Amino acid sequence: MTPTGALLTAGALRKTYGATLALDGADFGIHPGEVVAVMGPSGSGKSTLLHCLAGIVRPDSGEVRYRGRELSAMSDAERSALRRSDFGFVFQFGQLVPELTCVENVALPLRLSGVKRREAEARSTEWLDRLEVSDVAGKRPGEVSGGQGQRVAVARSLVTGPRVLFADEPTGALDSLNGERVMQLLTEAARDSRTAVVLVTHEPRVAAYSDREVVVRDGVARDMAGVA
Amino acid sequence: MSIGHTLLGLLESGPRHGYDLKRAFDERFGHDKPLHYGQVYSTMSRLLKNGLVEVDGIEPGGGPERKRYAITDAGVTDVETWLAQPEKPEPYLQSTLYTKVVLSLLTGRNAADLLDGQRAEHLRLMRELTRRKAGGDLADQLICDHALFHLEADLRWLEMTAARLDRLASEVRS
Ligand SMILES: Nc1ncnc2c1ncn2[C@@H]1O[C@H](COP(=O)(O)OP(=O)(O)O)[C@@H](O)[C@H]1O
Ligand SMILES: [Mg+2]
Repeated sequence: MTPTGALLTAGALRKTYGATLALDGADFGIHPGEVVAVMGPSGSGKSTLLHCLAGIVRPDSGEVRYRGRELSAMSDAERSALRRSDFGFVFQFGQLVPELTCVENVALPLRLSGVKRREAEARSTEWLDRLEVSDVAGKRPGEVSGGQGQRVAVARSLVTGPRVLFADEPTGALDSLNGERVMQLLTEAARDSRTAVVLVTHEPRVAAYSDREVVVRDGVARDMAGVA
Repeated sequence: MSIGHTLLGLLESGPRHGYDLKRAFDERFGHDKPLHYGQVYSTMSRLLKNGLVEVDGIEPGGGPERKRYAITDAGVTDVETWLAQPEKPEPYLQSTLYTKVVLSLLTGRNAADLLDGQRAEHLRLMRELTRRKAGGDLADQLICDHALFHLEADLRWLEMTAARLDRLASEVRS
């Protein structure tokens, strides 16, 4: 793919954990509004790639550019500010704060960026509604089903209007029907707001919600856009 | 799919004309492949001959599509037997893809590329079905899901094969 107009690009990423080579020269690029599936077997380096792209893990070498700026050239404070303002995250498990209600969980990223409580919760309520879980707003995460909890997590990841959503196996803990509904709601919402989605999954039916796929094998990412 | 049994089943709720049967079939089951009129007539004449349907009336104007068919008691029994009979599971032992993988390994070609190309092709179809599902009713969703689960099974096999290519290569070449 051409980096022209790309929102987020990575080139020649390498990352080792001790003796393990997790990334061995991975390239990546994503445009605004695009949903890209990152596929590949377990242990191939998908999550490490996502963490590097999101500035959570620093690669040993190679570069990640977001809107032209190199992440590794930023200070830690700049990087975490960027993560809060421009990125959203949704993972497979355990992301909701158990002591807070669902609506408070969704409102949390807004509160952290200084939005007043009343407005933060009003916006969060709209997102819960959009994810079809307005009925669990006042419940705590321990009192809702896995599928409901994951929808709350998706609402929380999108409430700040991120430009990039990082989703690592977002449906991994859900049954097929719930997983597909979450994918449909997630991709619809992302496409409406031109949010780019980096979707790590090893499930083909989940990847089918993407626009194109990148396959990671042994720490090397291959863009499949031109294949076949 | 057995067109004869399906048409018979559609007749169980009441007599229909040939053109009406075709329309009912296409609406419910003909998503990608509507019936030809010819198939309807040849099927109905076979069912007539076997006593599973009878002609219940003919509209003026002639032509086989003007005939109105009704199911007979023997026809109802036939549908019932067919519905109660489990479908034979497909053994899927004649995979062209498997043959291609072995042949590329035998001839020293790149089998991993072949699998990558196949994955891309499968995912293309899966995306199309996923979009169709999003815009469709429950019947569309069920039909597309059936196809999607089969395509997913192919891809699982493909990933397992990709992970074992080196071993397969040394076996086919030995
Ligand atoms: N924090 C870590 N410490 C040590 N090894 C790690 C760590 N994170 C990942 N790895 C190793 O790096 C490789 C790639 O892991 P990962 O990116 O999680 O793969 P995937 O998400 O595709 O399953 C694996 O061998 C894994 O064990
Ligand atoms: Mg992972």
